[in-house]
Amino acid sequence: MNQKNPAIGKGVDWVMIWLYAILVMVGLLCIFSVEYRTTDGVVESFLGFKKNYSKQLFYFIACIVLATFILLTDSKLFTATANISYLVGIALVLATFVVGKEIKGSKSWIPLGFMNLQPVELCKIFTSLALAKYLSMPDMDFRKPQSQIIAAAISFAPAALSILQGETGLALVYFSFLIPMYREGLPPGYLITGAAMAVLLIASLLFSTTVLLIAFAVLGAVFIYFNRRQIKRSNQLLIGVISIWGFCSVFVGVVVPFTFKNVFKPYQADRIFSMVGVDNPFADKNSTGIFNQDDQKAKQKKSDKQNYNVKQSKIAIGSGGILGKGFLKGTQTQGDFVPEQHTDFIFTSVGENFGFWGSTLLMLLYMGLIFRIISIAERQRSTFSRVYAYCVASIIFFHVAVNICVTIGLAPVIGITLPLLSYGGSSLLTFTILLFILIKLDADRQMVLR
Amino acid sequence: MLVFAGMFVIIILQLANLQIFSSKYKIMADDQGRFRKVIYPDRGIVYDRKHKAILQNMTIYDLMVVPNKVRGVDTFALCRILDIDTATFSKKIVELIIKNGRGRPSIFDALLSDEKMAMLNEAMYKFVPGFYLQERPVRSYPFDAAGNILGYLSEVDTNFLKSHKDEGYQIGDYAGKTGMERTYEKVLMGQRGIEYWKRDNKNRLTEKLENGKYDTTAIAGDNMHLSLDIALQEFGEMLMQNKVGAVVAIDPQTGGVLAMISSPTFKPKYLTGADRRKHYAELLLNPALPLLNRTVNAKYSPGSTFKTLQGLVGLHEAVITPTTTFSCSGAFYGCGKPMRCLDPGVWSLRGAITHSCNTYFANVMQRVINNPKYPSVDSSLNQWAKFMNAFGLGHRLGIDVPTERSGSIPTSITYNKIYGAGHWNFCTFRSVSIGQGEVEVTILQVANEMAYLANKGWFITPHMVDSIEGGDKFSMLANFKEKHRPLDINDSIFESVHDGMQGVMDGGTGRYAQVPGVVVCGKTGTVENAYNGVKQKDHAFFAAFAPRDNPKIAIAVICENAGFGSTSAAPIASLMIEKYLKDSISGKERNAKVLQISNLNLIPPRIYKELRKMDSLRHAKDSTYLISKGYIKIVKDTIGLDADDEADALDKIKKEKESKKALPPKDSNDNKRLEKVEAILPDEKKKPEPKDTVKN
Repeated sequence: MNQKNPAIGKGVDWVMIWLYAILVMVGLLCIFSVEYRTTDGVVESFLGFKKNYSKQLFYFIACIVLATFILLTDSKLFTATANISYLVGIALVLATFVVGKEIKGSKSWIPLGFMNLQPVELCKIFTSLALAKYLSMPDMDFRKPQSQIIAAAISFAPAALSILQGETGLALVYFSFLIPMYREGLPPGYLITGAAMAVLLIASLLFSTTVLLIAFAVLGAVFIYFNRRQIKRSNQLLIGVISIWGFCSVFVGVVVPFTFKNVFKPYQADRIFSMVGVDNPFADKNSTGIFNQDDQKAKQKKSDKQNYNVKQSKIAIGSGGILGKGFLKGTQTQGDFVPEQHTDFIFTSVGENFGFWGSTLLMLLYMGLIFRIISIAERQRSTFSRVYAYCVASIIFFHVAVNICVTIGLAPVIGITLPLLSYGGSSLLTFTILLFILIKLDADRQMVLR
Repeated sequence: MLVFAGMFVIIILQLANLQIFSSKYKIMADDQGRFRKVIYPDRGIVYDRKHKAILQNMTIYDLMVVPNKVRGVDTFALCRILDIDTATFSKKIVELIIKNGRGRPSIFDALLSDEKMAMLNEAMYKFVPGFYLQERPVRSYPFDAAGNILGYLSEVDTNFLKSHKDEGYQIGDYAGKTGMERTYEKVLMGQRGIEYWKRDNKNRLTEKLENGKYDTTAIAGDNMHLSLDIALQEFGEMLMQNKVGAVVAIDPQTGGVLAMISSPTFKPKYLTGADRRKHYAELLLNPALPLLNRTVNAKYSPGSTFKTLQGLVGLHEAVITPTTTFSCSGAFYGCGKPMRCLDPGVWSLRGAITHSCNTYFANVMQRVINNPKYPSVDSSLNQWAKFMNAFGLGHRLGIDVPTERSGSIPTSITYNKIYGAGHWNFCTFRSVSIGQGEVEVTILQVANEMAYLANKGWFITPHMVDSIEGGDKFSMLANFKEKHRPLDINDSIFESVHDGMQGVMDGGTGRYAQVPGVVVCGKTGTVENAYNGVKQKDHAFFAAFAPRDNPKIAIAVICENAGFGSTSAAPIASLMIEKYLKDSISGKERNAKVLQISNLNLIPPRIYKELRKMDSLRHAKDSTYLISKGYIKIVKDTIGLDADDEADALDKIKKEKESKKALPPKDSNDNKRLEKVEAILPDEKKKPEPKDTVKN
């Protein structure tokens, strides 16, 4: 196809295209292995558009067409339309509040008839472009807090909207934009502060306020004791410590409870708490008993279900052993034991059918893809391309890492897909566009200077 | 870059942890994703010596239910057929849902009786799809005989599973419990097949794992051919009805058992199919002990049938010759206190056997024991015991019928224990010389003794199974091919023993055992017996073989408490010999005899008394009381059941009883009953109390 067309193929990074094609093929095989039963006819099922693997095949064909179009496009278009497309993306996300369809508890889908589109998913592309555009502005000085705030706003606006729609998993993906920002000169202090804040937030959710307040006081006192000489020399350190201590205490004691009680709706608070695996301590105890009971039950059910998912996922992967059970021979896969196996838990079929070597090989493929993108990023002459490449690498990395950590039980259940492997038109489309824009930008790196 | 690489390393490490280093996920996956389905092969069929199937397979049905499909079924009609009310119905469904889940089939009613099956079959269209009938193979007994020999199947229990760990049994499997089913379990069982199925998240079997690559096919059990003659067995059981006792008939030339009757017995059908638990409890508590196989599992004093062997030992030890005579003036005075003898006169071996002369055999044994060849009474007695052991007494013969007992032949150890070393001599145990006292045998051993005499010096270990189709894979039959020649005794000596035994039939005590046109050699015995000092009516004993030349059948009969042997045991033996040799009973007179004997009721009155008592008390009360007194255990030990198969059945009775809060009866009647029950247990420890008088 596009290999034979010199006009499109010129300057294209074939390694990327191969990696992309291999991963999508692996994905198709995995979805096939999840759904296929010996009674099915292979050819009819593949062409029938009834089974998920058949649908995925058609999505793939659609993606190839789209990819060809992207490669035929002038790469200037992406820079030119970055801001507009971002706005369109945001508009789409907002549109879901009106015309959204609820699927699996989150109202973040727009039904298109032949498929359901998740704008937040697509918004990753637009945000990447917009961020790249913003950071590549000629008079950009990213050390200025103002720039940093705008960059953060661009990155996290879709995430915030997404959380409001109940789609926390995808919202988390937007944190991956911190990595390109870091590459572009965001002081590491931010990352450290961010990480510390995250720890603080999670801690405030996990432990009771009193315990944390005491812990902060003790930590502060110990720090002051060990650094008492330096503190004698300069008061600044002492002030710093005390202000951090004060901030933490206020955050834990006032901000968090206030936010959860008054800002978030109860179900949102519940979701956030269930993500870290505890009950919502701020749940309204005054609501009517029956409602509360039902609520408790539902919550219990959800948590049971998540435990079940992870357990089944671990069983499937663990039972694969070193060599795996062989393609289409996985008993767990064939027995439908793993829920959502064709989407978020697609990795389990790799783990079961192909075992440790297969899983490791897949990991190496992803690692190869990411490192290839980074190496492409570093050879770009334009900041736009570089930032964009970093965005793509970070998004893919975040998806892969979180998804696989979920399936092997290293992370709480967060519903995000495994790039290029998981069943789903939105996901495949998004990653195809992300990658092929990058490939196009890379192909034009010699010609266009921005 | 480092962050990325680090993350991947962590993921790969966790993958290694899950997939390589922890095995629990594989086990969990196999547990939930695979199902090991056991395919039970048909059990082997058992044939008698004339190739009639006497134990085969039959199909009966279980009523299965899938609870989530019950809605819409005509419950009322179903309840009427099953004879339950709708409340019980709902309760049962709920129980099954709890036990087995909604979507999976459970057994609603197991092993349907024929009538229920017929009614259900007709109305089944009303109950689908919630209910359906499922075949279940069970054993069937085409002849209503030989229940004690063939045995039955029952569900394996934990003890069985423990002792048969590596043979692939699972809870819920059936295994042979007694008789042939138990001894030849390995042969009859065949080889189970195992199919591995894939199972999905709703616990449904979807398809075979890898197209049956790991499956093993079931191989049907091997058929067996018994030496048993089922017609003879039926005939014998008919003759023995209403009597307590046993008959064993052996083909002397092969050692094959022709008939093995223990009376009272039970219909083999009783312990298979729908009501087996109920029947089992009844049989277990019956004071006449129908579950006891009296042919191998009960010990009796051999009485006069023992005398022939005494004679042989005497001749072998050369303390007498066939012409040696002893005179009997009416009693044996060799030990001071006289031992009575009914036929005074001067007897040689032949005459002594014919007239069953106590004095003669007392003298013979006295000579054997006091033989100067041996340094002490100890050694001569032990030598004597060795001979007796060689004849097959005092140890298990090794027949393939389970629960065989060894009987006992006294040795010096026996008497040292009772009287102390040096405190005994021949006179202490002179009653042994005439088959009383410390000598105890099984009926099988007596029959075998007859086979030995018939063959003039050899016997083959008695056995049921002649051949197994497809070969003796477990070499279980090897012992049944070998001739045993205990002592090297001249044929002429046997001739004189035979003469003596023929004399019994012609003019002696065994006239009633004559068979028209057949020369029978026999020996009667009437054995005194006393329980707890209360003298009971004598046991009637008769042992014989026929025809004298080219013997084809050796037989031993005992009728407990039947009194004089000539009227019961001897005619039974005679009729059975005729039946076997001529295939039918000829002549009006003989047929009248059959009728008379089979109608003869010789059940000891005490058993009736006990039965009445049991009936008069509430059955439930009774069994609870018996359990509390350890009676059940005694019965089980006696019968030789090694596992608590029916414990739950009895538990149920017990629970019923507890719910009624009835106190166990404490009157003296019950104590008496228990004593009496003990009294008919054959391994009762007797006090060494010489019983000197033996008639005939």
